[in-house]
Amino acid sequence: MEFLYAIEVMLNGLMAGVMYSLVALGFVLIYKASGVFNYAQGVMALFAAMTLVGIMEGRVPFAHLIDAAFGVHVSSFGWTVPAVVAILLTALVMIGLAILIEKLVLKHLVGQEPIILFMATIGLAWFLEGLGDVMWGADVKVLDVGLPQGISETVERVTYDWLGYGFFIDRLDIWAAMIAAALVAALVGFAQYTKQGRAMRAVADDHQAALSVGISLRFIWIMVWSIAGFVALVAGIMWGTKSGVQFSLSLIALKALPVLMLGGFTSIPGAIVGGLIIGMGEKLFEYFVGSLVGGATENWFAYVLALIFLVFRPQGLFGERIIERV
Amino acid sequence: MFYREAGDFKTSYRDDSQTFPIKLDRWGYYAILAVAFLVVPFVIDSYWANAVLVPFLIYAIAAIGLNILTGYAGQVSLGTGGFMAVGAYSVYKLMVAFPGVPIVVHIVLAGAITAVVGMLFGLPSLRIKGFYLAVATLAAQFFLIWFFNKVPWFYNYSASGQINAPERTILGWAVTGPATTASAKYLMCLSFAVVLAWVARNLTRGSVGRKWMAIRDMDIAAEIIGVNPLRAKLSAFAVSSFFVGIAGALLFAVYLGAAEASEAFGINKSFLVLFMVIIGGLGSIFGSFAGAAFLVLLPVFLKNVLVAQFGWPTDLAAHIELMIVGALIVFFLIVEPHGLARLWALTKEKLRLWPFPH
Repeated sequence: MEFLYAIEVMLNGLMAGVMYSLVALGFVLIYKASGVFNYAQGVMALFAAMTLVGIMEGRVPFAHLIDAAFGVHVSSFGWTVPAVVAILLTALVMIGLAILIEKLVLKHLVGQEPIILFMATIGLAWFLEGLGDVMWGADVKVLDVGLPQGISETVERVTYDWLGYGFFIDRLDIWAAMIAAALVAALVGFAQYTKQGRAMRAVADDHQAALSVGISLRFIWIMVWSIAGFVALVAGIMWGTKSGVQFSLSLIALKALPVLMLGGFTSIPGAIVGGLIIGMGEKLFEYFVGSLVGGATENWFAYVLALIFLVFRPQGLFGERIIERV
Repeated sequence: MFYREAGDFKTSYRDDSQTFPIKLDRWGYYAILAVAFLVVPFVIDSYWANAVLVPFLIYAIAAIGLNILTGYAGQVSLGTGGFMAVGAYSVYKLMVAFPGVPIVVHIVLAGAITAVVGMLFGLPSLRIKGFYLAVATLAAQFFLIWFFNKVPWFYNYSASGQINAPERTILGWAVTGPATTASAKYLMCLSFAVVLAWVARNLTRGSVGRKWMAIRDMDIAAEIIGVNPLRAKLSAFAVSSFFVGIAGALLFAVYLGAAEASEAFGINKSFLVLFMVIIGGLGSIFGSFAGAAFLVLLPVFLKNVLVAQFGWPTDLAAHIELMIVGALIVFFLIVEPHGLARLWALTKEKLRLWPFPH
């Protein structure tokens, strides 16, 4: 029974890991194509989820600002938008955001050191966070796009019949895992078999060479940031459905960082495997050790694990080895 | 015209390598110090002390600390909040355990304890570089905050999990605790800021600072010319953490009076100090002050304009502040990667030649 319970904890951890992987995927995509370590990915997920809720509920953007500046009380257009349409509209917003980011930020920072670009994305993250709050208000929002939620009775019944112990697994987690799998398959297919995908990989390999064969770097960047925005939207939907759309959602970006460090910054499979390891590891650690030291070890376990791991293998599990020559 | 060095002759190498080689600069700084020590304490009221001057001085110390690590030694750290917490909690434990020892000794000791902890978390920097290290320092941030929340010994088993600064005096004047006057708080922080800035300035001008900068510019080349990377990196982590620890100790003991680890020293504090360093200017002591002043004054300014003048709600002002700070970070990184310090230097260059452009 103890053992089965541990397995249940592990399974739930794997499901949480899928969620981390979703955010980490967005990081890897941008990093591969442009060498930018995008700290803003988590805030993009938050922003996407906020926009989605705002569009679905027909909220007026900048309602608070309009209220404060002109004294006009507006809160809602009075209509609701179906989830599918709202998701499409949000995807458009994320593409617009990608274009703006490229035009206003990235274009001017070409050729800077990676760490400068990283700090720029931290600034971007703060800006987006403020913008999201000003646009849609900082209240906790409920997001429901029709994904099934609650404990899966099927899983519980089947496992009870087989093992004499019913596993509690959230249906949303199962759906998230399937959607993540589909998303990864689509991304890999895109990168392998389409013209744009090949161009993206060429840019990732060598900016100069890609430019010289006529690939537009700027187009690729906009495309990659749009895809990352879409991935952020998917992650935002999952996390938002699970725990409500609120500020803490942007903190999952911080959780995705150790995932990346474990998996290696440049590897899509690395992001998945890293996410699963971190998700499973922190749940199991909390289960076995957490009770001895007062709990809430999930706050730091991922970072410390990544830190210890990096000391022995600085490039991560699947990362490219960095060779320095003098 | 206004800012000139005509007639300002140097006759020895000693003169030439002063901190402020231009006479006007030097006297300007003496004047500022004189005003800060002799005039401000008598006219300061508690609004100015609590909203502007004391936080400015404390954050300036923290920014100098982070600037030593990030600007001079090139090691990015996101663990500043955690290290500030180390300073705060060690000064609390010391104050409670040894009530007879002067508070200044406690604060310096708290800095020393933080330096040891900082070195410990700096050890991975020998293997990990760039933003891998930045993420690794997050481990310090989250682990330390969790640690201070979970081990009741650190907050003396108080029911609220908070630490409260007991009253301590210097020459009969209360500098911590509820009875502290605005000018006592201010003078305490000012003295630490001036001494530490002087130490930092001279450290970075000397051989230690040169080693840090060599490591920052190219670590392999630095190693070849005989800089020991282990000692250079760890000394940068130690000195930086010492400053940050003192800032944390002052923030808790003198400024806030009571603190709770995840409230007062969360990850946002780390980012705030990092932004001060970026906006102020990487690798500049003056920049640390400028950045701290900017980011302390900006919220006060916005609050006064938006909330007090236009009557906007406070949360909206806070969100707009986030947007402005974020946009400024990006703006500075694009337009002037060396920050306010560089802008100030350019202004001085222009003024020296004014009104002639060449």
